[in-house]
Amino acid sequence: MTMVLLIEQILNGLQLGVMLFLMSAGLTLVFGVMGLINLAHGSLYMVGAFACAAVATATGSFFLGLLASLAAAAAAGAIVEMTVIRRLYARDHLDQVLATFALILVFSEGTRWMFGSFPLFLDVPDLLSGPISLPGGIQYPLYRLAIIVVGLCVAAGLFWLIAKTRLGIRIRAGESDRDMIAALGVDISRLYTIVFALGAALAGLAGALVGAIQSVQVGMGEPVLILAFVVIVIGGIGSIKGALIGALLVGLTDTLGRALLPTVFGYFMDPINATTVGASLASMLIYILMAGVLLWRPSGLFKVA
Amino acid sequence: MKKFGTLAASAALLMAGAAAAEDVKVGMITTLSGGGAGLGIDVRDGFMLAIEQSGVDNIEVIIEDDQRKPELAVQLADRMIQSERVDVMTGIIWSNLAMAVVPSATAQGVVYLSPNAGPSALAGRGCHENYYNVAWQNDNLHEAAGAHANGSGYTNSFILAPNYPAGHDALSGYKRYYEGETAGEIYTQLGQTDYAAEIAQIRASGADSVYFFLPGGMGIAFLKQLADSGVDLPVVGPAFSFDQGILQAVGDAALGVHNTSQWSPDLDNAANADFTASFEAEYGRRPSLYASQGFDTANLLLSAIAAADVNDADAFRTALEAADFDSVRGDFEFGPNHHPIQDIYVREVIQDGDIFTNRIIGTALTDRADAYAAECQM
Amino acid sequence: MQRETWINLAILLGLILVPLWAVVMDEPFTITLTTKVVILALAGVGLNIALGYGGLVSFGHAAFFGVGGYAMGVLASHAQSYTPMQIGALEVEGTKSMLIIWAVAIVFSGITALFIGALSLRTSGVYFIMITLAFGQMLYYFAISWPAYGGEDGLSIYVRNGFPGLNTLDPIQFYCICFVLLCAALLVSARLSSSSFGLALHGARQNAERLEAVGVRPFKLRLTAFVISGMITGLAGALFADLNRFVSPTMFSWHTSGEIMIFVILGGVGRLFGPVVGAALFILLEHWLGGISDFWQFYLGLILLAVVLFARGGVIGTLAGREVAHD
Repeated sequence: MTMVLLIEQILNGLQLGVMLFLMSAGLTLVFGVMGLINLAHGSLYMVGAFACAAVATATGSFFLGLLASLAAAAAAGAIVEMTVIRRLYARDHLDQVLATFALILVFSEGTRWMFGSFPLFLDVPDLLSGPISLPGGIQYPLYRLAIIVVGLCVAAGLFWLIAKTRLGIRIRAGESDRDMIAALGVDISRLYTIVFALGAALAGLAGALVGAIQSVQVGMGEPVLILAFVVIVIGGIGSIKGALIGALLVGLTDTLGRALLPTVFGYFMDPINATTVGASLASMLIYILMAGVLLWRPSGLFKVA
Repeated sequence: MKKFGTLAASAALLMAGAAAAEDVKVGMITTLSGGGAGLGIDVRDGFMLAIEQSGVDNIEVIIEDDQRKPELAVQLADRMIQSERVDVMTGIIWSNLAMAVVPSATAQGVVYLSPNAGPSALAGRGCHENYYNVAWQNDNLHEAAGAHANGSGYTNSFILAPNYPAGHDALSGYKRYYEGETAGEIYTQLGQTDYAAEIAQIRASGADSVYFFLPGGMGIAFLKQLADSGVDLPVVGPAFSFDQGILQAVGDAALGVHNTSQWSPDLDNAANADFTASFEAEYGRRPSLYASQGFDTANLLLSAIAAADVNDADAFRTALEAADFDSVRGDFEFGPNHHPIQDIYVREVIQDGDIFTNRIIGTALTDRADAYAAECQM
Repeated sequence: MQRETWINLAILLGLILVPLWAVVMDEPFTITLTTKVVILALAGVGLNIALGYGGLVSFGHAAFFGVGGYAMGVLASHAQSYTPMQIGALEVEGTKSMLIIWAVAIVFSGITALFIGALSLRTSGVYFIMITLAFGQMLYYFAISWPAYGGEDGLSIYVRNGFPGLNTLDPIQFYCICFVLLCAALLVSARLSSSSFGLALHGARQNAERLEAVGVRPFKLRLTAFVISGMITGLAGALFADLNRFVSPTMFSWHTSGEIMIFVILGGVGRLFGPVVGAALFILLEHWLGGISDFWQFYLGLILLAVVLFARGGVIGTLAGREVAHD
């Protein structure tokens, strides 16, 4: 493996990590503030991708599509929060798991009803298509670089929002003592709706960004959802910082594992077995990572008090 | 619980155009919901189109959705065989579901016509007199791609497929005919959607061409990412990643790509011209490979029903073996293991108005049977 | 007698009468369907011990279900092809005997549960949910990419395994086997719940510190409950494989874990017969809705949602009232 290839793979891992961060940020916020496990978070990712594909096809503009994905996912999130999720805050995790599992079914089949069973078309905008040359002779897709930049900007914005704004203060207060901030006159149910819609919008954005280089189809949110859970558990549930570190860790582990393990096994196995065994182990690697982290720190890397 | 059976049956009756005499009962288990539903819907629609066009009124088709779950498919098959007492079964899309259903169904005396899956186990030692494959043996399209690579002068292919049995079969099928070197061989995770790591390896490998087998959404993701990465290598794949249903989602990234298939919408024969026109008229979309296979399956069945009584097992099997029907792929006959002997073409993805579709640019293999026929003892 | 007891008796009666009716009416598929309910209920009874009694929300019980299934698949496939399996220098013959297969399934799923439990029980709450999910996924990907036993294609067993004195291919006889095993598991579950071990387990769920203060280690209690729970679910996996004469990695998928969990919640968490009602209702809905619309999962989602929001404590909780609710 050459240095150039290694750097390219690290960039790929970074890009996957940034995308996972967009997904996990909402998940971890919703858990931290409202104490809710939301299995339907992946459906909001799907909603974002479908909205972007539909609007981009209708208007011809990918960026209008991105706006639509934010709006659609936030709206879907707010509606679901007000009709269903709101009734689950006081329930135990079991009821939350079942109810949001039911929401996945409703969202997936509802989308299939509206858009049909075939994948939708969504492509990288012309402005960002193709590769660019980086120093050191690395050819890298511009669009993936753009995802990294957007993701890091969102992360910075989110940290600023939580650390510096009034909304952020309320969110942090909500994480440490729900009853107290309600007693202090904060409209708690509105705060919850806003936080949920914010998380949903981020998931929708991730779906739209990734939809352009993957396939926009029903069920696309489920594999990502599982990864996002792995991320927030590794990072420590409720911690935005943890979600960022966890996302990058998972992104890099997964990408580098897939790239390196078959080669590593090739040193002491015959090539056919090495590719099979390497690929198998690579697919289990992030779960092994997660189990390892939890055994070392049973509440994740950055535990919220 | 009885009413579920009759409910499903009456729904099927409506679709079949109200059968009067119920002489032949056909059970179709296919994927109609969840991911991959598009393939099952196409097979069903192609099949039902042929039944409708025939005007035959003594066929009852019972259609059930397997949700792509092998366990569910087995239970549906049990119900069709035990309760509905079907004569013929068909419809399964995926090899793993076929492996779960077909051996026990054929052992119980039911004739099974496969409209899509062709696992090697059922072509070789596990072949059965009641099992007929109307599509292809799984390796066929990959073998054709290997032959096509030789013809195109590729000598250093990079090949990849998901890490599951059909993926392993795909790459070994390719290598069976391909004579050059392999620049790299990767097994990806099943259901993987990000191929950045693999594309980086392709770029670094110095390959002169890429062969991939990544069905469904995986293929869409791979093609779009490959096109965007600036890796400018000729790509070859089996028809599954370039078929009518998903081609629109891939878009420009697929334009000009060569893929191997036993059927193409522009295949020049009368049956195919009728089929493509009537399918589009009936359903408002262009037919896919899967629809053509469903259509051929139904026509094979109709030809056998016309020639023999379904209750006379030996005569019915002989009628099926004759394959006396006008296939939309032109010449079609069964080999000794009841798998097709057929030509496999090379297609190119083109744009026709707003729609992406395929046209034939050559023939990769002529009268190809399969690699397992010799192991079959029927 | 309490109302819940009457409900339980009615359910048992239903599980006897429905197949009897099916035999009389010659509806073998109804028997197959009821057998599926009974087997999935058995898996739920296993999970209920960890989840209902111990408060351990395991999102990875598909691991044990799958291990049980593969115990059957591996043993029967070796017997089917007359090739002994090689474990190091040891040669082990496959078998088609249900009794041996059950024993192997129980032992191996127990070992798996001991391993997973010992590691996972160091965490709690959501972390426990997620780490059990992670172990389930690990086994899922392992099963998919492990070529020796079919990988994603799974393994087909052409003839159902044998049980001394019975013809297991006859649907009603196989049903009887499964029904007796379900009753046995329910008996174990009931005895466990009222035993001193069960009481301590309930105590550990409600207040672990208090229990520790009186010198009982909750970890050991929970691990024991988790292993028993895994063994029962593993047995159900072996039966499920025999019902279908087929095993595949989908038995390990997180959807399977989710479904087993749904049976328990739908019926009523911690209720003895909760999983039985939940499994029956789920299978019924699946078949009824599936006949109505291609988009039946949409309606299934709405119905599940309504149950969670408006029928707290599951079906049994709603019917029997809260008087014997578990906490």
